[in-house]
This record gives sequence, structure tokens and C-alpha cells, in this order.
Amino acid sequence: MPSSRRERLINRHPGPAAGRLLALAPFALFLVAYSVGSEIRLAENPNDKLLPSFNAIADAIQRMAFEPDRRTGSYLLWEDTVASLSRLGAGVLLATVMGAIIGIAVGLIPYARHTMSAFIAVFAMIPPLAVLPILFITFGLGEVSKVVLIVFGIAPYMTRDIALRVSELPSEQIVKAQTLGASTWHIAWRIVLPQMLPRIIDTLRLSLGAAWLFLIAAEAIAAQSGLGYRIFLLRRYLAMDVILPYVFWITFLAVSFDYALRKYQGWAHPWFASQRTPA
Amino acid sequence: MKSFSRLLITLMTSASIGLAGASAAMAEEKTEFKLAWSIYVGWMPWGWAADQGIVDKWADKYDITIEVVQFNDYIESINQYTAGAFDGVTATNMDLLAIPSVGGVDTTSLIVGDFSNGNDALILKDADTLEAVVGQNVNLVELSVSHYLLARALESIDKAEKDISVINTSDADMIAAYQTDDVTAVVTWNPLVAEILETPGATKVFDSSDIPGEIMDLTAVNTETLADNPAFGKALVGAWYETMSIMLSDTPEGEAARTAMGEASGTDLAGYDMQLASTQMFAEPSDAVTFTTSKDVETTMQAVRMFLFERGLLGDGASSPDIVGIGFPDGSILGDEANVKFRFNADYMSMAADGTL
Repeated sequence: MPSSRRERLINRHPGPAAGRLLALAPFALFLVAYSVGSEIRLAENPNDKLLPSFNAIADAIQRMAFEPDRRTGSYLLWEDTVASLSRLGAGVLLATVMGAIIGIAVGLIPYARHTMSAFIAVFAMIPPLAVLPILFITFGLGEVSKVVLIVFGIAPYMTRDIALRVSELPSEQIVKAQTLGASTWHIAWRIVLPQMLPRIIDTLRLSLGAAWLFLIAAEAIAAQSGLGYRIFLLRRYLAMDVILPYVFWITFLAVSFDYALRKYQGWAHPWFASQRTPA
Repeated sequence: MKSFSRLLITLMTSASIGLAGASAAMAEEKTEFKLAWSIYVGWMPWGWAADQGIVDKWADKYDITIEVVQFNDYIESINQYTAGAFDGVTATNMDLLAIPSVGGVDTTSLIVGDFSNGNDALILKDADTLEAVVGQNVNLVELSVSHYLLARALESIDKAEKDISVINTSDADMIAAYQTDDVTAVVTWNPLVAEILETPGATKVFDSSDIPGEIMDLTAVNTETLADNPAFGKALVGAWYETMSIMLSDTPEGEAARTAMGEASGTDLAGYDMQLASTQMFAEPSDAVTFTTSKDVETTMQAVRMFLFERGLLGDGASSPDIVGIGFPDGSILGDEANVKFRFNADYMSMAADGTL
């Protein structure tokens, strides 16, 4: 009786409790797989570093986050977090502002579109990591080059995305505004920008993963602190007991930012968020 | 039914994670072995010896097979060895103590191939005395032998690491980094040293010839694997010294070998010979035996383990540098006798010297 609507797989929904259980299952499965693997290796060699036990990981978290470092006296996890987040924040902010200004200009003004869009399309395809030596020699090895790498990595994509979103606005809106006497500036500021703000948040959410990637790459190359710096430094000694909590922490931060941006979007631009199927 | 299949998948996944690495390191008699090596002047002979069939020839003699695998990333090769995927690896004395030995993998130095005699250096921009490094930012690969060299350089002028600041810099980007204005001091190794010294204003103020014998390039193997399979050690040592006798000879064959090794490491015969000049290769096994059995090795390992201990690299919460024992050919032990994880062995090199392989 496969014709009955209720029996088709696509129409069967789990209840709220079962839904939550299903969401947790892959995580639980992953943890179990890890702990069994870890135990097999530790039985073979109690000092194995590749898959440390949960106890060893807890010790490492205690050491990195809540005890001052033996040599420098600072709390390494927090120091690294502050260093990384300031670089990430500066890079993402700059890229967003640049992406918004250039993207709206390219999407709205034909002269800007003809001048810039081919260049941005080509520029966006340059792999930033391949031209690192040029970035270093131009911007030095300090904080600036790390921020520039993030901007270089995500701004071209954000610009192109915003330009496309602007060109998707119904042309009736622009025509209507003109009949009401609006100037180019008025249209950009009062018609386009307010509709772009929630879409900029979308672009930002999608770019954050890449921004983290570029941040960690920059910190691996030359740094004195930062989450990526610590991971690459300790990789030399296969200290997975520290690296795994760092990876978990980075993932947690990234997921939190994504969640916060989504909530902010819903709160600040309810008209936009309400059009979506809830995720 | 569902929960059963889930359990099965879990067990299969975790077993594969756990066993993937462990198989090679399992101690038992076996006939197939794997050696990991990475591009460096003192280890290029392995790549050439494998290409020329010298490794196979010696392996055949002992009825075993040895797979020689080149790594582009030095640290990754040591990590793979430590995780159990390889039976042997090429590395420095310091990294072997800090990575496999601290990681609980009992490791034996089978061949002391050479020691760095100028290949690692501290270079200053627009300054020509070692004292000038005080107060500067120093770019180097943190926790590497470069870092050790810097610590020894500072000790020699009664200074310590707190008198400078270290900036961790990837070796791949060291030359580009040196071109920037904010970089004024670097510690690195050849061929980067030679490249940087060509820049006007660059001066070498301290190098590994100031601490001769302390940075050793070793071929090391898993201790249990070696104990159960002496043939593996014999074949490696035999192949190594046959290669040495060819490459270090002043013959057309020697020149051809060094040309091939130079090209494989991204330079040419002249470039490779220049690097060899600052590398004290042991051409004769008897010289390597004399070096390995001297008390100097113990003095060096004392300095090395103190360096590692002070930086927390002898394990979490290690309360003393004695936590990992280091064994020497005369039977003496530095550190915990019940936990010897790093051993210097001269037996196999002696067999090569005596011609009994």
C-alpha cells in the first residue's frame, strides 16, 4: 500500500523528543568511536599521543585555560583567543564594509559595474595563500598582514555576492523611487542598503568559515600568539591533548558566531527572516 | 536490530582508527619494513640508495623488504613514525627524544649519520656581533633545533631567552620574512642559511660549528622491532655505509651520486657540496662508532633534555628532566632507568666497521 500519503518516507516526521535524540545520535556515535579507538591505542602504548584519553584532554584544558603558563605566567588559551579574535574581527569587519560599499556600487551603478566587475571576478580567483610572500613584503610580518590575508581571502567573494543580490532587486522599485524624485544617492541609501543589510549578514555567515581558515593559515606562518599559532606549534610535538580542545574551542566559537548572526538577523530584520523556512 | 547494526558500525570505525597506525609498530618477527625520510642534506643518501637499488640489495641479503618513503614534511614523518605507521625514521637527536620517546615509543638510534657543523645558524641584519641579538625579535621555527641553537648561543654570552623575543616563523616563509623590514634576526638551517647570507648586510654570528656534535642527524628505529628483527638493522646499516663509500669518494661515481642528491633536494652539485661542507658526515662506520661511544653524546643529551624540560616538552607535568630515560652504548643511563625510551646503539655500526655484515 505504498500509495498512502502517510507511509511515504518524505512525509514521516519524528516527534520532538525523537527529533532531539536523532540530532544527538551522530555526536554520541562519534564520541564512542573516538573513545574506543583511543582505548585500543592506549592499551598498546600508555603514552600514545595521537588519540589521548578524555582525562588527558581534561588535564590539558585545565593547564591551558585555568593555570598560568610556567614560562610566561599568562593563561594561554585566553591569550590566544583574544589575539585570534581581534585579528578575525578586524579582518571580517573590513571585508564586510568593503564588500558592502563596492558591492552596492557595482550592483547599482553601470559605470562602476563596467569598471570593476571583471576585475573583481578575476581577483576573487587568486588563491591568497599562493601570493603570501608578496603580502609579507608589502605589509610586514606583523598584525597588518594577518588582517590583510583575511580581507584578501573573503572580501572579493562578499563583494560579488552583494553585487548579485543588488541586481536581483525588482527594477520596479528603482523606477518607482525615481518617479518620486529620488537621486542615485537616495536610492542607494534608502532603498538598496536597508534591503541589503540582512543579505550582508547571510554573506558574512557563509564567509566566516573561510575567514577562520585564513586566520589560522596566517598564524601558522609567523606569530607569537593565537589559536592557529598554538595548534601549529604543538603539532611539532603531536600534542593532540591540547590540539583537540583548541579545535573544539574554535568550532564552538564559529558555531556561536553563526548562531548569533542568525538571531541578530531575525531580530533586526524580521521582514527578511520571516520569508524563510525555519532551519 | 537497529541498535545492533549501530554498535557494529561503531566498533568497526573505532577499530580502524585504533589499528591503522598500530600495526607497523607491533613487535614481532616480520619481513616487511618501512623507513620514512625527509629532504635534508644528511638524509639525501636514503633517497639515492633506494633509487639505486642499494637498499633492496641489502634487504634481499637478509630476506626482508624495506620500503623507503620520502616525506615532504619533516615533522609529519616523525609523527607518522610515532603513531606506528613506520619502523624507522630520519630525525635529529632532539626531535627523537621529544616526539617518539616522550610519546612512549621506545626508539633506538641505529646510525649516527652526521652532525651539523655550520648548517644551522643565527643571522643578524646590519650587525656583526652575537651580543647585538639582545633585545631583538628573533624569527625561527619555535621548538626546533634552531630554537635550541639560539638557547645555546645566548648561554655562551650569559644571556637567556628572556633577553630576546622569539617569533615563530614557518621555514617555508623564512626567506620572504627576511626581506621585510621588521625582521632583523633569524635562526634557520641550510639551504636557507646560504640563501639569506647572500643578502647584503646579513652576518652569521653563531652557528652549529660553535657547538660541534650537539645537533645529530640520526636514522632511528623502533627498539622492539629491532630486537625482534636484527636483520632490519643490519640491512639498513649495510646499505648506508655502502652508499657513504660511493657518495663521499672523489670519483666520477661519487660526483654523480652527489649531483643526483643535490638535484633531488632542489639544488645542484655545487649547492649540495657546499651544504656537505658544513655537515660532518661520518664516511667510515668506525668514526661514527667512536663518536657514538664518546662521553660527549651524554653531555649533549643532558643539554638537550634540559632545553626540552624547561619548555615543558618532556610531557605534561613532568616534574623533573629524569622522567624519560636515555641509554648510551656503555650501558650508562641518563634519567629514569625504568623508563628508558631513547637509546644510542653502536652495535650495528660496529658490525659495519668490522666487516661482519
